[in-house]
Amino acid sequence: MEPSVKTKIEELIKTKPVFLFMKGTPEMPQCGFSAGVVGVLKQLNIDFDSFNVLSDMNIREGIKEFANWPTIPQLYIKGEFVGGHDITVQMANSGELTKLIG
Amino acid sequence: MTLPEIQNKIETGLPGAKVEILDPYKDGVHIKALVTYQGFAGKSLIEQHRMVYATLKDELKAEIHALALETRSE
Repeated sequence: MEPSVKTKIEELIKTKPVFLFMKGTPEMPQCGFSAGVVGVLKQLNIDFDSFNVLSDMNIREGIKEFANWPTIPQLYIKGEFVGGHDITVQMANSGELTKLIG
Repeated sequence: MTLPEIQNKIETGLPGAKVEILDPYKDGVHIKALVTYQGFAGKSLIEQHRMVYATLKDELKAEIHALALETRSE
């Protein structure tokens, strides 16, 4: 991964306590799993920012290496990678997600 | 890639794991793997999912579009 890509990712995840890398936008997700995570966050009234990986091929590939995680969406809380769609849904249901955000 | 092939890949990569592949929409694309594996014990969910992804490293880059995971240690 290019150092500039890594720097950009690090800056993005610091912009907001809850940050989502997704396909599409929260208003118009381009993938069912991305839509699922947006739905969970909205349902819990969690404030978040997102980045559309379809708009930037370097970030799209870089983020997989960054998190050592082969798929998108990817959720970050307080700068830490939390998981993809399944883990986010599981943590939302168990209450862990809101606890983590504090 | 067929569903039994995916199952076989995971079972080969995680010896002793019990793997069930679901195809809830019957489209062969949006699939879900239920994986029960003793080796998950003591591991975080992220680590458990990483272990399953590792068995499908190349497939996830190309052939597999949507794989949902549910992991258990027993």
